[in-house]
Amino acid sequence: MNFVDNAFILICAALVMFMTPGLALFYGGLVRSKNVLATIMQSFIMLGLVSVLWAICGYSLAFGTDIGGLIGGLDFVFLNGVGMDNAGSPAENLPHLTFMIFQCMFAVITPALISGAFAERMKFGGFMVFSALWLLLVYAPLCHWVWGGGWMGEMGALDFAGGAVVHMSSGAAALCCCILIGKRKGHGSTAFIPHNLPMTILGAGILWFGWFGFNAGSALAADGIAANAFVTTHMATAAAALSWLVAEWAHGGKATTLGAASGAVAGLVAITPAAGFVTPMWAIVIGFGAGFICYGGIMLKNKLGYDDALDVVGIHGLGGTFGALATGVFATIGAEGLIAGNAEQLWIQFVSVVATWGFSFVMTFIIFKAVDKTIGLKATDEEQDRGMDIAEHSETGYQW
Amino acid sequence: MKKIEIITRTFKLDEVKTALSGIGVKGMTVNEVKGFGRQGGHKEVYRGAEYQVDFVPKIKIDVVVEDDFASEVVAAATKAAQTGQVGDGKIFVSPVDEVVRIRTGETGEEAI
Repeated sequence: MNFVDNAFILICAALVMFMTPGLALFYGGLVRSKNVLATIMQSFIMLGLVSVLWAICGYSLAFGTDIGGLIGGLDFVFLNGVGMDNAGSPAENLPHLTFMIFQCMFAVITPALISGAFAERMKFGGFMVFSALWLLLVYAPLCHWVWGGGWMGEMGALDFAGGAVVHMSSGAAALCCCILIGKRKGHGSTAFIPHNLPMTILGAGILWFGWFGFNAGSALAADGIAANAFVTTHMATAAAALSWLVAEWAHGGKATTLGAASGAVAGLVAITPAAGFVTPMWAIVIGFGAGFICYGGIMLKNKLGYDDALDVVGIHGLGGTFGALATGVFATIGAEGLIAGNAEQLWIQFVSVVATWGFSFVMTFIIFKAVDKTIGLKATDEEQDRGMDIAEHSETGYQW
Repeated sequence: MKKIEIITRTFKLDEVKTALSGIGVKGMTVNEVKGFGRQGGHKEVYRGAEYQVDFVPKIKIDVVVEDDFASEVVAAATKAAQTGQVGDGKIFVSPVDEVVRIRTGETGEEAI
């Protein structure tokens, strides 16, 4: 066990925890004022729901003894055998509890990310059940596949901090959910104007800050890899904030603050799978690409007409996919990508992309249908008119 | 007595208020309002999605004055609020039947 690493990862876990309220603000500012609390709640309460589920059985399903490369066993349910020493810890330099709580924060934010797709029209009760099932049936297996000794990691797929596990999985789920739940009332005729962009910018800033814990902490040690991941994370994010603005200009518009914030998040997403494997200059290239690609993804949404309210598909789905493939191209540290002469890595990354999208989309479809049929997920037109804050929570965000 | 409603650009509030105070207007009520006229609205763009915003923010200043003072107030307000560009706003003048000062029960011009 290494005390320095332990201190570093505990701090990183706290940083990753802070991303979820940051996401709540990022999303909250983007909706209309009558839905601000319901939207914030769908991120914030994941700190409650997912944390408890993670301790009960989620962690064990992800990191318990491997069963056929598909899922973890039940050895760590109720945190049995997860203690203050490193016994059984996947990271031998860390107390098992440290590793568990660091991973818990990743699990918390992932279902919260999906909530942007069905914002302004999802009932709270159904949402909670959906999220609980999604965590156990989609996140935990995927996490096991990639990091818990499952087939995807064994195959050699590179995912430093969760491009597949967190971003592609939530992006694919978001696409499935926003198609199944249907559009918000008034989509296409009503102006869905963000009610508080300063809140959104603050949220993006908190995400950027917390993401240092997410990516640098994924080195699982206070070492040079962590330093590299820290720097690549920052550089890619900076580059993507710029390139999104360039895309807006080139598209005939003005540079927007929402564009700068969206670009930053796109850069954070895209560098996530690559952070520990690429050099800072390639990170800038990845960031530049992410800004353009995610902006294009959102233009595509406007053309195709599905109502991904807060652009989870465009930013997390596409950004995560681009990042996973870019990792296969630009990896030179501790792994070899295309530019290091290893074309096979790109193929492995491609397989991991297809498997992640396919698995998450199909499982999300089943879970969504099951919850929708039994509990019901979509708010009525009347409830949407009144606003989800009053309809679902009996409170309002602002008193004036 | 006349009620004078001045709807104009938000940044003109201070100038209009100063001008009216300067000629002896003793009170006014201000509202933030939205509307459109010849100026029309404007375009807003969020992540590439364009929205036409028809209702433009304006300020509405309500003043009630004696009949023979009304034209002077209108002239002062017009001078203070004018930029010469489309969107300067409008002034509406209408008769007022009665005014009551709640504290004392005074009525009519005494209560203004």
